[in-house]
Amino acid sequence: MTEALKELGAHIEAKRSDCVLGWDIAFGELNIDVTPANIAGLVDFLTSDRTCKFSSLVDITAVDYPERAKRFDVVYHFLSMYQNQRIRLRVSVREDEMVPSIVDIHPSANWFEREVFDMFGILFSGHPDLRRILTDYGFRGHPLRKDFPTTGYTEVRYDEAQKRVVYEPVKLVQEYRQFDFMSPWEGAEYILPGDEKEGAK
Amino acid sequence: MDGSKLDHKYDDGSSDAQSGEQKIRNFNINFGPQHPAAHGVLRLVLELDGEIVERCDPHIGLLHRGTEKLMESRTYLQNLPYFDRLDYVAPMNQEHAWCLAIEKLTGVEVPRRGSLIRVLYSEIGRVLNHLLNVTTQAMDVGALTPPLWGFEEREKLMCFYERACGARLHAAYFRPGGVHQDLPDDLLDDIDVWAMEFPKMLADIDGLLTENRIFKQRNCDIGVVTEDDIQKYGFSGVMVRGSGLAWDLRRSQPYECYDEFDFQVPVGKNGDCYDRYLCRMEEMRQSTSIIRQAIAKLREATGDVLARGKLTPPKRGDMKTSMESLIHHFKLYTEGFHVPAGEVYAAVEAPKGEFGVYLVADGSNKPYRSKIRAPGFLHLQAMDHVAGGHQLADVAAIIGTMDVVFGEIDR
Repeated sequence: MTEALKELGAHIEAKRSDCVLGWDIAFGELNIDVTPANIAGLVDFLTSDRTCKFSSLVDITAVDYPERAKRFDVVYHFLSMYQNQRIRLRVSVREDEMVPSIVDIHPSANWFEREVFDMFGILFSGHPDLRRILTDYGFRGHPLRKDFPTTGYTEVRYDEAQKRVVYEPVKLVQEYRQFDFMSPWEGAEYILPGDEKEGAK
Repeated sequence: MDGSKLDHKYDDGSSDAQSGEQKIRNFNINFGPQHPAAHGVLRLVLELDGEIVERCDPHIGLLHRGTEKLMESRTYLQNLPYFDRLDYVAPMNQEHAWCLAIEKLTGVEVPRRGSLIRVLYSEIGRVLNHLLNVTTQAMDVGALTPPLWGFEEREKLMCFYERACGARLHAAYFRPGGVHQDLPDDLLDDIDVWAMEFPKMLADIDGLLTENRIFKQRNCDIGVVTEDDIQKYGFSGVMVRGSGLAWDLRRSQPYECYDEFDFQVPVGKNGDCYDRYLCRMEEMRQSTSIIRQAIAKLREATGDVLARGKLTPPKRGDMKTSMESLIHHFKLYTEGFHVPAGEVYAAVEAPKGEFGVYLVADGSNKPYRSKIRAPGFLHLQAMDHVAGGHQLADVAAIIGTMDVVFGEIDR
């Protein structure tokens, strides 16, 4: 299995060396890092190339790393039903960068790209209809960014007096509970009580 | 309705005279979100030309609960029950994907008995799902009896769920490293008895529907899916097999111990709603056969159902005598286990298609990011393509056969 993946990775790198920044195999899966500008071209190549034939799009999603300069990883999963192979493409983008849409090659990317836009605020250039998809009509913010609070900013309730649903800022009766289970001897990022003079470990 | 300029009025209130043909315009209607044939909270904005669907715009997200966001602030074990609530028609199949993803990252081997129980309950889940789907789809096209019969069998299967884990629906039974508890022998006997009687019951439903004139009129040549559509729209599961491609993850990329089971992958010929119905019926028969094989294997494979280690709780008996076990138990259910950093994608052949989990771990006790890939999401997306050109009444048949459940689509 890994041998076949190695061959495949080398094949793609050899054929499209301009697109591929690097590739590796981890946990029996092939990962390829791609530059944002070349993603559409590489996807087109993967779909049509005889040894690849990654003709079905499995998933598009993103991962937020707020501490990095290139904040988001847009992750594409493809499946080849003919070669029985899977592949993962990763594209790192800055917050203000746009990713070329692949809707023209895979119509199924439409909703996935809408979802990534909705959840992370990443824009896809050339997408025919980049609306929000999962969140409420008129929702603001991008929930899956790490700086978006889990509780959100607004809450809804039915108002008996106005006879309609009203939106209000979120009021928490108690702080959202995030327990710190890290052992103080291993991963504490704070100064242990009594250690104030010593400084942080 | 659609901003048509045909009935433009002048200042004095008069308007242009129009012949009958000019007055015809497309009509926009809302299908759902509270339509009984919408199978949940689906809102379709349909543009109709007479009774023909010109455009179909599904609005989803009415059941969005932010599962993926919530999962980022909970431990791996606390996240497991969320998977029951995705596709609530066959809960354990979803948990399976989550467990496989974690096991892939941690490299834990599931003991044989645990693995067999997982197969057994995954197949029970498949029967649960197909029973609901086939019979309610029949209801959408006008047959009332099948759901009444099908739900009786579902009730029996949910009793087996309950006897294994205590919950009829939200099981939380599959755990990383195996399954939560061992099955008692009499439960295996009862499932075996059920599996022997079930084909007769299937034959009854088959007799009601398969050659029924109305059922065939409503399903044959409706919602035809070609091989090209499958690739372009990323279909999986029965949507693929109905069109003649024998693609089944249990067979092509075997996970768990599916490679040692003997089963056929049924395929359709025409790729219409009727062929998908036939595939589902045959899959139920195959699942019943897998269930019986699994029970036969389970009678021999006695042993532990959980890989004992960091991921799983210690035995109750050990906790009474060993301090380390007690600490381990406490730490497991408070802090949870840590998963080494890395990213994996694990997929299972859920009853509805390929259900996958993309998990990014950062080495802590909580997933850094977990993306749930639901098959229904892609199927529903193709609604505009598949339903376009059909009659309004066929929309209900197509939604039914696509097998959409909003728990997993909206997440």
